[in-house]
Amino acid sequence: MSTDSYKTIMDQKADIMRSSVGIDYEKYTTGPLSFDYEAMLNDTGYDLDAIRDIQDRSAVGNTPLVELRNLTELVRTVSEPGKGARLFVKDEAANPSGSFKDRRASLSAFEAKKKGYKGIAAATSGNYGAAVASQAAKAGLGCIIVQEAFDSHGTAQPEIAEKTRACEAYGAEVVRLSVGPELFYYFLIVLKETGYFNASLYTPYSILGIETLGYELAMQVKSREGRFPDVVMATHAGGGNVTGTARGLIKAGAADTLMVAASVDLAGLHMASDRDFNRKSFTTGHTGFSVPFSTWPDRADVPRNAARSLRYMDRFVTVTQGEVFYMTEALAAIEGMERGPAGNTSLAAAFAIAREMDREHIIVVQETEYTGAGKHPLGQLNLAKQMGIDVRRGDPGENRPGKAIVIPEHPSQIKPVEMNLDRIRRSYLRNALDSLPDGENVTGTDIAFLVAETKSDETYVREAIESHERKKR
Amino acid sequence: MTEHAVKNTWVEIGGVVLKKDERAPNLPDDTKQVPLEMRVKGFLVHDAEKGGEADIVTLSGRTVRGILTGINPEYDHMFGRPIPELSPIAGEIRAILRERRKTS
Repeated sequence: MSTDSYKTIMDQKADIMRSSVGIDYEKYTTGPLSFDYEAMLNDTGYDLDAIRDIQDRSAVGNTPLVELRNLTELVRTVSEPGKGARLFVKDEAANPSGSFKDRRASLSAFEAKKKGYKGIAAATSGNYGAAVASQAAKAGLGCIIVQEAFDSHGTAQPEIAEKTRACEAYGAEVVRLSVGPELFYYFLIVLKETGYFNASLYTPYSILGIETLGYELAMQVKSREGRFPDVVMATHAGGGNVTGTARGLIKAGAADTLMVAASVDLAGLHMASDRDFNRKSFTTGHTGFSVPFSTWPDRADVPRNAARSLRYMDRFVTVTQGEVFYMTEALAAIEGMERGPAGNTSLAAAFAIAREMDREHIIVVQETEYTGAGKHPLGQLNLAKQMGIDVRRGDPGENRPGKAIVIPEHPSQIKPVEMNLDRIRRSYLRNALDSLPDGENVTGTDIAFLVAETKSDETYVREAIESHERKKR
Repeated sequence: MTEHAVKNTWVEIGGVVLKKDERAPNLPDDTKQVPLEMRVKGFLVHDAEKGGEADIVTLSGRTVRGILTGINPEYDHMFGRPIPELSPIAGEIRAILRERRKTS
């Protein structure tokens, strides 16, 4: 193993990234703050048809859309008369490695192969690792997955332990690290040593690969029901799922469909804390990723993140760990679908949002994920108990991340908490304005960019700029 | 008694990647107190003892050196015991639907 110091490697970050992703991000800069997002995506050369074809050849996508009739009936037992929308789920567990992440990995594997890389690598502890390993296996590429996997006592998070096993089953090397953001440092060492393609979650390839999910589900609903869904619900972490799905919906013509993001509330737990690591119960789809990535997407491992969720989100809600475990049980008990809990985050939110909507309306939960030892409520709650977390039935409002997992006693108790999108947009704008280089001024191009970034209007952005100036003075 | 592993055995090795004082700035206090550790699996290049130095070839073909931490190591994640707080949920939900179907 290389013994290069932390600083030595981090100083080479830009060069290593450029050669491992093969994108010259600089050329998309259009102003001190702005860049040409659409050009960055278009220049990959893959349009929707090309991506559908590539995914079709690697057995990715075309997953079933399942109407959840019994869950819809359950929604209606706790709704006002005339309310209780029809629930559908896109069964993404039917993808080769068991999650929608295969869509993200497929295009990276294709691009890596085309450009002559010997292998692909990714820094991920979740389903994406298995997806990259699976697509690499099919493409005949080497594969290395770098995981944050265990705490300083050597205790592995059960969901991540299952990912280790799955990646190794697909023939990938898995480097497991203890807790800390220096995972990125080790990842750079691996990229430098191997010359592998960086299958980052945040490249254009990764986001374009998800557009097919939004497109497919829109077309499936349209061909079955004669119209597009009213709401699509996506679990939200780094922003790729929301971004890619919403872009696919727009490409299908479903521009009026509302895009709602849902995350598990993990407020109070520190993402880089060795102690908190095994008290999270969820490794992704939680606010520990979704809030920082919504308010500043360019914190990613590439210079310009292609996942820009604030551009597409119409609403953002959180649910509790207990609510997700409850819905995971419900999906198995009355729909006969045993699926992994993390993927059911958006299902828990959709269940509650369906109560507010008219009976004729359609809400689509856009993913499921596979389940198995470790990636299951039993493995995760057994660890929670071992860590001293209070697991009990009751009002989910009493759920406290890292301290108490409260599992609802009745479906009527499932009530997502609204995230204030205005605050998130303002926080994004503050971060953007803070990144303005000294001596530079915000240009007209920047303003148009910030409007698109926040799905707002010029008045909104100008007010935020003025308020930022006042505070600086 | 040391455990001996022969060449070509599937093993796990590990080591410290960054000592406490070499770690990134701005870590939470608890993480600052411990080193960054690494574990990786592969096939042994030579006979080795558990706890001793070992070289492996990983599944991607890299050669990596570290301390031998496991010989044909177990995947020990599991389902574990049923969770009493979850066990009644299926029955409760089915009862709610039965009740609704009886009355409608």
